[in-house]
Amino acid sequence: MNKIDIYEKPFTGENQIPDFRVGDSIKVYLKIKEGNKERIQVYDGVVIRKRGHGLSSSFTVRKTSYGIGSEKIFPFFCPSIEKIEVSSRGKVRRARLYYLRERSGKSARIKKRTTIRSKKSTES
Amino acid sequence: MSVLMGYKVGMTQIYDGSGAVPVTVVEAGPCPVVRRVGDSEVVIGFGIKKSANKPMSGIFKKAKIKPVRFLKQIKTDLSVNIGDKITTEIFQEGEKVDVTAVSKGRGAAGVIKRHGFHGGPGGHGSMFHRAPGSIGNCEFPGRVVKGRKLPGHMGNQNVTVKNLKIVKVINESNILYIKGAIPGAPGALVTIKKHGKKNV
Repeated sequence: MNKIDIYEKPFTGENQIPDFRVGDSIKVYLKIKEGNKERIQVYDGVVIRKRGHGLSSSFTVRKTSYGIGSEKIFPFFCPSIEKIEVSSRGKVRRARLYYLRERSGKSARIKKRTTIRSKKSTES
Repeated sequence: MSVLMGYKVGMTQIYDGSGAVPVTVVEAGPCPVVRRVGDSEVVIGFGIKKSANKPMSGIFKKAKIKPVRFLKQIKTDLSVNIGDKITTEIFQEGEKVDVTAVSKGRGAAGVIKRHGFHGGPGGHGSMFHRAPGSIGNCEFPGRVVKGRKLPGHMGNQNVTVKNLKIVKVINESNILYIKGAIPGAPGALVTIKKHGKKNV
C-alpha cells in the first residue's frame, strides 16, 4: 500500500460507493443547495470513464436528455453525492467510452452484462 | 514551541465544508529535545538513526532518547526540558505556518526553465529559440552587470513557503494536512514553523 493511501484512509472510510464499472448505467443522487434549502437531483446515465485512485479519483456519467448529450464528472468521494444506484450492468470492451459521443439512438446502445461478479469475489 | 520537523509524504485532496482542498501530507514529529543551548535555545531531533557516533551517543544517552537522524537548533523559552517530545499538538487546525525544505534539484537549467524567460519563435528561420539573448551593453560598462539572470544550477536549495494553512491535524498518527504545495520530493525533510510569530 502506498503511504499516501494510508493517510487518505480517514477520509475514504465512511463513503460507501457501490461497485460499478465503465458501461454500467447508474443513478447519482446529488445534494443541491439553493439558499437554505437542500434538494436531491438525480443524474441518470452511463459511466463512460473512471480515473485516478484514492481521494482524487473521479468518474464521468453521460446521459442524453431531449436528444442533447451531456456529461458530468463526479469525484468518488464528493460529500455532495447522497448515494449512487446501479440500474443496469453493461458489457463493453473499452475502458473509456468516448465513442458514445459520436453516436445516438440505436448505435449508442450498450449490451447487457449478465454474468456479474462482485469486486470482493474476484479479489479473493 | 513553534517548530516541528517532519517528512513530506505527498499530495492529495480532502473535502471541507466548501469543497475540495489541495493538501500536502506531512508526517511531523515527534521531535525530542536533545539538549539546551543557553537559556533561549534548544536542539530538537527528528527521525530514526540506527547508531550514533561516540560523542553524539553520549548526548543522546544524557537526554534519555534514541538516536535521531536530524538535529535542529530552535529558539524557545525555559518551559521545555531535555527529553520532552514536541508533537503535532502544538498546531491547531486553521493555523498558518511557514514550511521550509530543500527543493527538488533540476541540475543545469537554461533561462527559460530557471528564470521564466519567454524564448524566441520556433520557426520562420528565426534562429533564436531558448537562448538568453543579449546580456549587456558594449564598451561601457564593458562587463556583465552583477545579478544578471543566466543559465545555471537550479533547485536543490532551501525554499520557504510562507502563510500556509493547516487544514487538519491527526495527533494519534502525527500527521499534518497542510494546504497547498510545499518544496521537496516525497520523503524530504521539512521544517514547519508557526507563521508570523517570534520563535517561542
